[in-house]
Amino acid sequence: MRFSSIGYTIKQGFCNIWRNKMFSLASIATMSACIFLFGLFFAIVTNFQAMVKEAESGVAVTVFFNEGITQDEIDWIGEEIGKRVEVSEYNFISAEEAWEEFKTEYFGNDEQAAAGFQDDNPLANSASYEIYMNDISMQSTLVDYLTGLEGVREVRQSEIVANTLSDFNSLIGYISVGIILILLLVAVFLISNTVTTGIAVRKDEIGIMKLIGATDRFVRAPFIIEGVMIGLMGSILPLILLYILYNKVIVYIGEKFSFLNTLINFLPVEEVFDSLVPVALILGVGIGFLGSRITIRKHLKV
Amino acid sequence: MIKLEHVSKTYSAGIPALNDINLEITEGEFVFIVGDSGSGKSTLIKLLLKELEPSEGVITVDGKKLHTIRRRHIPKFRRNLGVVFQDFRLLKDRNVYDNVAFAQRVIGAPVRESRRKVPAILSTVGLAAKYKSYPKQLSGGEQQRVAIARALINQPKILLADEPTGNLDANNAWEIMKLLEEINARGTTVVVVTHNMEIVKAMNKRVITVQKGIIVSDEKGDDDEI
Ligand SMILES: Nc1ncnc2c1ncn2[C@@H]1O[C@H](COP(=O)(O)OP(=O)(O)O)[C@@H](O)[C@H]1O
Ligand SMILES: [Mg+2]
Repeated sequence: MRFSSIGYTIKQGFCNIWRNKMFSLASIATMSACIFLFGLFFAIVTNFQAMVKEAESGVAVTVFFNEGITQDEIDWIGEEIGKRVEVSEYNFISAEEAWEEFKTEYFGNDEQAAAGFQDDNPLANSASYEIYMNDISMQSTLVDYLTGLEGVREVRQSEIVANTLSDFNSLIGYISVGIILILLLVAVFLISNTVTTGIAVRKDEIGIMKLIGATDRFVRAPFIIEGVMIGLMGSILPLILLYILYNKVIVYIGEKFSFLNTLINFLPVEEVFDSLVPVALILGVGIGFLGSRITIRKHLKV
Repeated sequence: MIKLEHVSKTYSAGIPALNDINLEITEGEFVFIVGDSGSGKSTLIKLLLKELEPSEGVITVDGKKLHTIRRRHIPKFRRNLGVVFQDFRLLKDRNVYDNVAFAQRVIGAPVRESRRKVPAILSTVGLAAKYKSYPKQLSGGEQQRVAIARALINQPKILLADEPTGNLDANNAWEIMKLLEEINARGTTVVVVTHNMEIVKAMNKRVITVQKGIIVSDEKGDDDEI
């Protein structure tokens, strides 16, 4: 195709959108709603995933032993823990190590304060296994198992209830996939309708083109451009809106629900948008292309 | 240039619109096709354009057997043919110049070429002064001239006209026919379907009469040497 023809085709595509304003607007609005919801869920899921990952990388479960347990029994418990598939790593922390850590954490370099406890380790009974997991959704199963072991006094879970977190995450995942699928169908349907109307409006013109000897491609291209442009606009608008909203919401939650701050760390907007922008654009353009492509196949048998 | 051998066309299981047509039109000829409404004249034109496929028989246009032309080569084939209809079929939202240039657009001709050729063809059809007018600002005769200019801009070897004067008064009809004759004189093969027997008689060209899908007479014109 010649350069002037490409320019002409693109111009005709925009002409289609313009002549068909109401339908085009409706399509763009639906697309926008679609992509907006998608972006919303995308942001939530990405954030939760980051939280789950963080939770997974931290100590999930700590196991304390009965008083007067022997080193042999502790070793046996260690071996049992090591056999579990969901466990990625476990470390034995002796009472002395626990105390050292506690001291540095709470007294820092204040030798004086720590000196008061000199010979009497207040954590004498605090030997433990720290367990790291590779699949945090298995945490409650693991805790049940560990509680039942001979010689285990207490099983402590990390402060983030990882189980709920990952359950919630997959629930959101399912809901969003569901909603998005429905909305995508609606969007494809609307774009298809818009293009159908466009074809109807230009029926005479198309007939003339064919008689003059226009190729299929020449006849079809403006409608493809129309669909793709609708898709593009329908994804750029919600992306801008999401970008603004995301920052506002982070600040808002940080102020109003400050107690959540220790629990939740929102990802910076750039990190979410790094992947959201290409995904949303591809989605929008893809839907636009598909919507017009299907319609052309049906109504433009050249 | 155009040859039909035992061509029949039957629309979905009815009586045939064309029945065993045999016909040859040589290069440079001017041919009228006449006949009552519903006798199959438009069907014949559509077959020549490969808008329709014949139910039987072989059609040859410009040396090509139409049934051998692949779907994706139809556009290229049609560029050899100019077509004009009773209802003009102009684009209402474009002016005269753009309507004619549109035919160049469609075949991907460079804009530079259009700028040169469109004014030339508009003066051939006598519309050079009205290139900025829109179809609704023109008379029927003028609109048909635009349509003829559009049909000719890509220099087709054959011009097919399906009742080109059907919507025109006697004067305009005459002028359009004279224009078609002029175009024929420059070498284009012209096939005109018409009802206007007065003009047909006066012009002394070859006349093919169709009745109920059958050719009932084929009379050579006085000044035809063929
Ligand atoms: N698309 C069609 N489907 C079914 N029948 C048609 C169609 N087009 C034309 N016909 C029939 O074919 C016959 C010839 O029509 P047509 O070629 O248009 O005649 P003319 O142009 O001579 O008036 C008529 O009986 C008409 O009703
Ligand atoms: Mg007819």
